[in-house]
Amino acid sequence: MSEYKHSVSLDLEKCKGCTHCLRRCPTEAIRIRDGHAVIDPARCIDCGECIRLCPHKAKKAIYDKFSSLPKDKYLIALPAPTFYGQFENLDDIDYLLQGLLDLGFDDVFEVACAAELVTDYTRKFLHSGKAVYPVISSACPVVVRLVTLRFPTLVPHLLPIQPPVELAGRLARQKAKAKNPSLKDEDIVTVFISPCPAKVSYVKNSTDGGKSSIDYVVSISDMYFELLNVMKNKVTPVPYSKTGMVGIGWAISGGESSSLMNDHYLAADGIENVIKVLEDIDTEQHPNLDFVELNACSGGCVGGVLTMENPYICRVRLRNIRRYLPVSQNHASEGDELPDYVKLDFDSEYEAVSKLGTSRRHAIKLMADIQNVFSTLPELDCGSCGSPTCRAFAEDVVKGKADYGECIAVMREKLRGKTNGENNDGK
Amino acid sequence: MSEQNECLTYSFDVDGENFTSAGEASVQVKRILRRIGFDPETIKRVSIAMYEGEINMVIHAGGGVAELFVYEDKIVMKLTDHGPGIADVSLAMQEGFSTAPDNIRSLGFGAGMGLPNMKRYTDDMVIDTKLGEGTTITMTVNV
Repeated sequence: MSEYKHSVSLDLEKCKGCTHCLRRCPTEAIRIRDGHAVIDPARCIDCGECIRLCPHKAKKAIYDKFSSLPKDKYLIALPAPTFYGQFENLDDIDYLLQGLLDLGFDDVFEVACAAELVTDYTRKFLHSGKAVYPVISSACPVVVRLVTLRFPTLVPHLLPIQPPVELAGRLARQKAKAKNPSLKDEDIVTVFISPCPAKVSYVKNSTDGGKSSIDYVVSISDMYFELLNVMKNKVTPVPYSKTGMVGIGWAISGGESSSLMNDHYLAADGIENVIKVLEDIDTEQHPNLDFVELNACSGGCVGGVLTMENPYICRVRLRNIRRYLPVSQNHASEGDELPDYVKLDFDSEYEAVSKLGTSRRHAIKLMADIQNVFSTLPELDCGSCGSPTCRAFAEDVVKGKADYGECIAVMREKLRGKTNGENNDGK
Repeated sequence: MSEQNECLTYSFDVDGENFTSAGEASVQVKRILRRIGFDPETIKRVSIAMYEGEINMVIHAGGGVAELFVYEDKIVMKLTDHGPGIADVSLAMQEGFSTAPDNIRSLGFGAGMGLPNMKRYTDDMVIDTKLGEGTTITMTVNV
């Protein structure tokens, strides 16, 4: 497995080494060392919680700037459906699509259209007899990474269908080449307008294998300001939106699953809720479920850290926008087999990062050592030592990644012993 | 913890007052075994046996203590309670035989499969019971 590239970074100047992110990181990927946070890339799932939480704005998402796009290429904008919900009084998506053309994009392809195809293909897959129930949605890259790292036994449950953004990139390229036969692959640049940094990581990591159809990822918040200026001009729109209610619904938690026409589904959002649901599925404590939709952000993609608007307001706006739209305008090809370009394989050779030791004997020894250290700790989970919990600290100590003396309670005991000792000497 | 025979020991209190928390030790055991790297089949066997034993202690004995001993080549579970004891062990081992009360059955438990499943999923099971004093069940899963 090659090294995973992340999209969450740290500004050392701004980081004060406080414990906000340390204690809330859902995968315990953060430690405080030498007065500032350190993110363990093997554990980070790019959920963006630390970006949301940091009171000093020291955590940042890495993404491409609009100004850095290669303007001489054939640029295709791929707006996420969440983007539509950022604007006040936008009742016609066409104005937004036109705005993107006015900004200099040569073409627009809505990710919502690809999402409708994914919905159709998912429905087929659920009837194919090949599904491992419950099928877990693979649209949220945070969830996919979380499952592969922390719940490897659930990997066979992941929906083996490309996420909408990837499909959108491929279809956009096909469409552009059909329209302009002289265009070569290298002339076309696809730009995803993203609600979250996890999609940035997704693209960075899959491009490694030459697989992703997305070339650049810009943030919804940056594009919002760019677009506000040009949309004031009220140019009569040329392009027309080709998405229906289903595609737009994907921006909201429950949208993907409710469109499957199958009542046996669960939809959970917010990273902590997602982890709870995965733990329950993992321990087989779930009712009869066919499909599980999980979104790392509260409310679904509308809650992404790169958005502008409050997710709940965004949801209301999307509801208004989709009101008079057809149910779905994009349909899967006939036949029961999934076309190859829609299929997605998961690396099932992942090893859980949580696994200890090189052998079973070694792991048992380490577990025993961790337990021994843990039993001497105060169980305050104060974070002063730089580890998120006393249990994590015990593990860090055993693995040689932390010094036992860093524990405040241990330090206090030592100090007490010392002063008592001095007193005794004085007598 | 005894280092000499490389055994890792855990002890869980099984709360007899709180039926809603029954099964929690089984989940913890699953996590521990997974971290050590046992194969999924072994983990499944241990956690099912543990789960059934835990539920039994809650339904019939007002709770007890579940202990886990992890060795490189075997996993031992020891469930100790101070309940009423089992009057007829061979009857209790029959599939479908149950003395669980109706309110427990309405939750979907008490199907008379607990002890038979514990035996089925483990390589060895020893029941030590005394009427009016309690029961200790020791189960071993070889790896």
